[in-house]
This record gives sequence, C-alpha cells and structure tokens, in this order.
Amino acid sequence: MSTVNIKINNIPLQVEKGTKILEAAKKIHIDIPHLCYHPDQTIKAHCRICTVEVVGSRRLLAACSTEVWEGMEIHTDTKLVRDTQVGILELILANHDQNCLACARNQNCDLQNLCSRFNVLQPQLERVSEPVAIKDENPSIARDLSKCVKCGRCVKVCNEVQGVNALTYSGRSEDFAVTTAYNKPLLETDCILCGQCSSVCPVGAIVERDNTQKVLNVLQDPSKHVIVQVAPSVRVAIGDEFGLPRGAIVTGKMVTALKMLGFDKVFDTNFAADVTIMEEGTELLDRIKNSGKLPMITSCSSGWVNYMEKHYGDYIDHLSSAKSPQQIFGAISKSYYPEVAGVDVKDIVTVSIMPCVAKKFEANRPEMGRDGIKDVDIVLTTRELSKLIKYVGLDFANLDEGSFDSPLGLGSGAGAIFGTSGGVMEAALRTVAEVYTGTELKNLDFKEVRGWEGIKEAEINLGDNSVKVAIAHGLRNAQKIMEAIKAGTCDYTFVEVMACPGGCIGGGGQPIQSTTDIKKLRMDALYDIDQTHIIRKSHENPDVTALYKNYLEAPLSHKAHKLLHTSYKKIEKQYNFSYLTKK
Amino acid sequence: MSKAVCFMTKNFGKYDVKSIGSYMAIGGFDALKKAVNMTGEEIAATLATAQIKGRGGAGYDMGKKWSQAKAVIADSKVVVCNADEGEPCTFKDRTLIENDPFNLIEGMIIAGYTVDAQNGYIYLREEYSHLRPLLLDAIKQAKTYGFLGENILGKGFNYNIHLYSGAGAYVCGEGTALVESIEGKSGRPRMKPPFIKQCGLYNLPTCVNNVESLSLVSSILLDDEKKYLTYGTEGSVGTKLVSVAGNVKNPGVFEIPFGVTVRDIVYGLAGGIVDDHEIKLIQFGGASGKFAPKSILDTPYTYEDLRKAGVGVGSGAILVVDERTSVIDFLKTTQEFFSHESCGQCTPCREGNRHIKLLLKKVAEGTHTALDLASMRKIAKIMAMSSLCGLGETAQSALVSAMKNFEEDFQIK
Repeated sequence: MSTVNIKINNIPLQVEKGTKILEAAKKIHIDIPHLCYHPDQTIKAHCRICTVEVVGSRRLLAACSTEVWEGMEIHTDTKLVRDTQVGILELILANHDQNCLACARNQNCDLQNLCSRFNVLQPQLERVSEPVAIKDENPSIARDLSKCVKCGRCVKVCNEVQGVNALTYSGRSEDFAVTTAYNKPLLETDCILCGQCSSVCPVGAIVERDNTQKVLNVLQDPSKHVIVQVAPSVRVAIGDEFGLPRGAIVTGKMVTALKMLGFDKVFDTNFAADVTIMEEGTELLDRIKNSGKLPMITSCSSGWVNYMEKHYGDYIDHLSSAKSPQQIFGAISKSYYPEVAGVDVKDIVTVSIMPCVAKKFEANRPEMGRDGIKDVDIVLTTRELSKLIKYVGLDFANLDEGSFDSPLGLGSGAGAIFGTSGGVMEAALRTVAEVYTGTELKNLDFKEVRGWEGIKEAEINLGDNSVKVAIAHGLRNAQKIMEAIKAGTCDYTFVEVMACPGGCIGGGGQPIQSTTDIKKLRMDALYDIDQTHIIRKSHENPDVTALYKNYLEAPLSHKAHKLLHTSYKKIEKQYNFSYLTKK
Repeated sequence: MSKAVCFMTKNFGKYDVKSIGSYMAIGGFDALKKAVNMTGEEIAATLATAQIKGRGGAGYDMGKKWSQAKAVIADSKVVVCNADEGEPCTFKDRTLIENDPFNLIEGMIIAGYTVDAQNGYIYLREEYSHLRPLLLDAIKQAKTYGFLGENILGKGFNYNIHLYSGAGAYVCGEGTALVESIEGKSGRPRMKPPFIKQCGLYNLPTCVNNVESLSLVSSILLDDEKKYLTYGTEGSVGTKLVSVAGNVKNPGVFEIPFGVTVRDIVYGLAGGIVDDHEIKLIQFGGASGKFAPKSILDTPYTYEDLRKAGVGVGSGAILVVDERTSVIDFLKTTQEFFSHESCGQCTPCREGNRHIKLLLKKVAEGTHTALDLASMRKIAKIMAMSSLCGLGETAQSALVSAMKNFEEDFQIK
C-alpha cells in the first residue's frame, strides 16, 4: 500500500493512499465533527458538517468523503471552517425537535454532543421543526421524524447491510425525508424489525419501543413473582453503558444489578440455549435420518424469522421448528418452573433482557404461549436495562459479583456462544457430533465456524458421514444462501443465520455506538466465557438433564413439542408491483 | 446593424430537419467522415485549439475534457448529451435541437468516436418531450444510413445513441444527478469523488457535454480556415448562443461573437425594453446566476469581462428585468424556484433554502432586522462553501449579488 504525505493544521503526517481526511485526522487525535459518517457504512456526505479547508480548493471539502492526496494541506480549525460547521449545526437544530428532556436519546445523542461541543445553546434561526405524526403501531420500533436529521445512516444499514430496503428517502427539498414504501407502518412493509436502524441513528428519530416503565410497574407490585432471563450477549455489552472497557465480561455485576432492581429470580437465557440445542439438534438428526427438509436453518434470531416469513415465505419449512432460547425459557418459566418453585403461574411475570428489538415482537406473537398465558411478558433491550440500572442509581462498575439462581440459571459454554455468529452452529455440532457418533469429541473448538466472515462454511465429519454447514450473519449474506437454496445449488445440511452483523453481540438493542470493532471484542469475550467454562456442551448441563428427566422426558417428546416448538407462516407482501409489468 | 453571426447556427433553416438526406445535401456528416480518419487525440486537440469552453454553465475546457475521457482506460465508456436545459431563461439548446437535430447527432457520434464510447445518451428535459419524435427519428435515420450501429463508416467503430427523458427536476441537469436519473433512480446528485469522468453512468467512465458544445463540434472540425478563431476576443474565442428574455421587446436566441457589449445584445438584438422602461437589473446565466444593475450595459460579453463585473456567462441566459419589478420580489421568485428544486439530501441546501425563503419574506414585509440580514449572508456563504453539489453552491448567487448591488432594497425599516 502506497502512502501520501499530508499536513493537517500544519502537522505533517503520512497516511495510506485512499484514506479520507476524517480518518487521517483521527490518526493525530483530531475529531472532525460528523453526523452522517459511520465507520461501518459507506460514505454518504449528506450532513456536510465535516467540511474542512484544503489549501488550493475553491470550496470547503467534506472530510468524510474526500481522499487525501500527496501534498494536501488541510485546516480543520479556521474561522471559515468553524463558522460553517456551527452554521450547519444551527440549520440542523432549527429543524429538530429540541425537547431533549423528553427524548430517549437524551445524553446519548450525537447532535446534543455537537451542540455542547460548539456551545450552540441559543440558535438564532427560526425554529422550523414541526411534529410529524406517524401512526406506526408495532412492539419493537418507534420513529419520530421531527427528530430526524436526514443523515441516512438508517437507510444505509437497512439497504446495504441488511438488504431489506424497508427504509428509503422520499420527497425533495424541505420534504426530503426517510420513509417506508408508501409511508406504510413498518409492519406492513418489508421491515423485519431487526432494529439496526435504531442502533445507528445519531439522534432519537428511531428508538426501541420503551418498556422500562412496564417493568418498574411489575417490580413494584408485590403480588407479582417477577423473574428475568438475560441473553448471552448482554453480559459482554452492557458494561459499555457504564464506562467499563469494551467487551468486558460483566455477568456477575449484571446479576447483582438485576437482583437489586428487585427481580425475584435472575435466570440465564444460556440455560434455555442449551435446551434449544437439545431440541434443534435432535430435530436435525431426525431430518437427516428421515429425509426431512434440508438444509435445516436455525430459528433463534427473531429478525431472521421475520425475514423468512416476509421475504422467503415459500422456504419457511427449512426453519427449525424449535423456538428461540427466549421463548423456550418463557415456556419453561410458565410450565416447569411454577411446579418446581410452587408459584401460581398466573402470578409469574417473565421479563427478558435481550440485545434485540425483534424479540419484543417475537414475545408478542400469538402462538407464543398457551391458555392466555404468554411465554414471555416483557422484553427489554440492553439499552433499556442500563436505563433501569441508572434509574435506581446503581454504581454498576463497583457492584459485587452475583450468581444466577436455580433451576433455570445454569448455562453451558455452548449456551454462552449463542450470542455470536457461529455460536449456535458450534454448540449444535458439539452435541450432534457426540450423539450421532456416540463417542466423545476430542476437540470442542470448531474454529472454522468462528470469525467475522459474512458467510462461513465448514465440512464436519460425523464418523461415517460428513455434512456441510454454513453460517451467515447480516441479512445481505443470508440472502445469498437463500438464493442458492432457491436455485437448488445449495448442498448444506445445516445453516445458521443471525439477522444482525456479528449475531446478537451486534443486535439492534445493544448499546449505541456498537461498531464492528466493538462487536469483535464482544465476540472474543463470549468465546472466553466458553473456554473457561467447566461445562461446554449443552447435553452435559445437569439442570438441562434434570429438566428432561423430571419434566419433558426427552427432546421432541410430545410435551417438549407442545411447549418448545412452533411454526411460522409465509406473509404475503402488502403491496406488489405486478401491475407495472402487465400489458 | 445586427451583431449576430452564423457559425454554429449556419444550418438553421437550410435543411428539412426531418430528413437526413436533406442534411447530407448541405454537407451533413462530412465532419464525421473527416473525424474517423483522425485519432481521438487529434480531434480533442482541434477543439482545444478553438478554446471551446463547455456551454452547460461551468465552462470547462472541452478539448481537455475529451482528451481526458479518451485517456481513461476502460472496456466500455459512455457519452452523455445534457439536454436537460433547466436553467430558467435558458432555451438555446431547444433552438439547436429544433433547427439542427442532425448536427447534434453528428456531434455525439464524433464524441463517441473520440473517447472510444460504445453508447451515447441524450438526456432530454421533460418539458421538451415534443422534441422526442424529432430526435428519435433522427437517430433512426442515422442508423439506417450506417452512421450509428456496427462498424460505422467501415472503421470498426460501434456506437448507438439512446434517448432518455427526465421527469422535470432541475437538479438532474447536474451531471451525477443526471446519470442517477438515467439509471432509473431518484435524481439526487452523487458525492464527488468519484467523478463521473471515471465512474458515471452504470459505473462507466462518462463524458457529459451540453447540447451547444456538441453542436459546435462539426463546424469546428470542418473549419479549415480557422474562421471560428476570428470571432471573439483573446480571452473568449468564438461565438456563443445567448437566450435573451424578460422585459425585452424581442426575446430570443442569438448567436453572438464574444466581445459585443451587453447593450448590443439587449438593445440591439433583443430590441430594447418594452415600453422603453428603465432597466432595473440583468441576471446572467439563469436562476443560479448573479445579477447586475444597468451599469453593466457597456461591458463586453466575454468570460473575463463579465467575471470582472461580478457576473458570469453561465448558461448563456440573459434575463432583463425592468423597473416595474422590485429586487426583493424578483429574489423571492428565484428562491421559490430553488426551494422547490433542491433535492434535499444535504443540509446546507435543504435547510439553507428553507431559511432564506423565510428571511426573504421578512425583508419583503419590511419586518427584518440586522440579525436577519446577517443570517442571510451567513447561510448564503455556508451554502456556497459546503453544499454537496452545484445547485446548493449557486442557489444564492442572485441573493449575494443583490445584497451587494442593491443594498438600498434591503434597508431596515
């Protein structure tokens, strides 16, 4: 890679050819203000707040989109630059609902930070923002266009990373806006509620549907027995919200915080993940043995399931019928648990802490429960849990290490890696390989299914048989596999798909500012948890064994089937364009 | 005595615009026949010698543009003829298409040959849809005669021309928005770089030229006596089509040699002001152009003299406004136009136009403050300095020149 010599504010430096001014400035620790720029996205150059002076250039140049050239002299701190940047900020602010106190992103907002940085406290321009009514009832995502700064991050993630294309631009000039097709509510569009838009939005224009008050209400109600489950990826992400190092494993502090919040029992979704492996693994073996539909595809990721229903409805029978760990936990918490704990099922409120906004939708699926009892009652994202922790005033970083409760609090290392792309596959392989061959695995690490590659493939030896498997994360990648299945060119036996980049560690409900680099640290952390765990195989989790022995009998038993399996259905598109091609 | 000349308009009225045979009878396609015996570099050099500046408004050296386009290494390239002519008061391209369509087609074929393109696209503004049949027929006839298609004139040169109509957005005259529009996307400009000369229509190297620029090519190539160089001034060689409108008695398109005065154009060619009113202002180059008071009348119409006088040639539009219209009302109309035509994707242009509109309203009502005027200046500068494309960059040209030349109209009451 060749390098070029440049000067930023008279400081000479050498950077790789092709580096953008904004990135070059970072190397000498200058933060050029930006809004639409996101390190994981292609450049948009919409907001123009990153404009800088380049000697010899007639106009200011956008630092995010302009590549450095040999001898380039950049000034980031002249009066012209600052006047322009502040002026643009004022223009944005004039068209932004400034009721920060009532905003979900208060104190966690790029626009607020910029205003604070540039001391833009009393903008002189006329306020032109107007409330924009959006009727968009769904359990996962709330949108408020009066806060939208038109940066396009949400559109990029929806189109380029997820390939869902639910969000797009419409209108021009003052009417330019981020919208859905025909301005329909999200549920009536191609949206699969992954919530990636909410995690890249620099302001409060797209946020998770907030359930914190609902949880506070049940916690304050003495008649309720409130239990909570925590997804594997939350424990390696929530530390971000409290200034702990990125990727820090904070399981113990998190459990303590949940207990101090007043939950009656704190359980682990990792336990349910182990149960998922028992069910899904057995289902896979059954499909292989009895010529069932292959490849079988995982169904843990609720964004992914939504995607299958809306985009590949004709291939829905490839999905495993096993419920996701969240819902398996929910079902057990409303069947086995009341019996063991001696609590009336009607008094139990099951809360889950998820890295995900699609899980809010999943918990509300009508098929997820029985006799008017929902498997899971309330779902909070990682972000909402951190809000609750702040609400009760806990000094999270200095909390003692707590332990999960019994009998639904013990998860294996295999359960822990469910939170990363490749983890469900690896967990399943550990169990399937041992059950299939009847011999103990010498090496539990299936390294070929790990890592950040968009699509990972492996050929797994199962004694006399070998099977091809694949893992995809981010729906753009999953699409490629589905197209191969559609074309009949796919020879995989088992496929794992996670809707979000990196899997749940990169979920749409994780702390804001979760960049790829940060997600990779979380990935490493989950493998650390697994590596140091005494139990690393789901079928060796004693609490899981007890569950089957005392209650479910066996994987895929009648009882297990009734509680832990479900089915999905194709959703017809709400609109179609066939009339355009009709002659 | 009329100061108009006939160089690029020499074919006007001389042939049946619906008949290629009629065009060929007056020497049509001779330039192409000559061109295919030259190299692309030689053709570009010929244009460079004639010092032709692009006629879309930016005035980029056309010989340089073509030699750069030729030098780009790619399996496939395209030529685009920008016939979007959206600048208000600009209608010279329409005149060229109406009166000499085959000359445009010939210029486009020569462009394709010069830069090694396989395809040429005419992007015709939506309001000119009545010219579609004429152009489509011209393309068809050229194909029948072997000037388009495979192995043109036996030189192994394959080239076709496609006609696209815009949907009415002014911003699609901007090169990158134009190619987005041809690709079937919303007409919003792309960020630059990459520049379209490297990565444009369908991600191919793209050479975009204005109708007038392309219409000049044949005449220049056949101009062995260098007659073109005898027109104009040292800094502005040759002739230019200007479209004059507003409160003049005889609005229209005129081919002038560079160097005639603005007075020659306004009072000579365009017949002076209706009812002999006094001139209030003259706007040059369309809505995105600056304007000047009537003291500009004796300025020679050249790139350099207009620039010195604080205005520019731009698209060649000359809009004459007499004393009956107030500066502020005029600006309000211009602002309505940009507030409608901004694509909206970048902050300075979207929000800047919104606020200037509000502030102008206050000025018109006489309720503005010193702070409002400061805000206008500030926003206009931000738009010019930091907008994503040329629309935002130039949208406040008129305002800035008005605040300079007509200070009294902005006085605080």
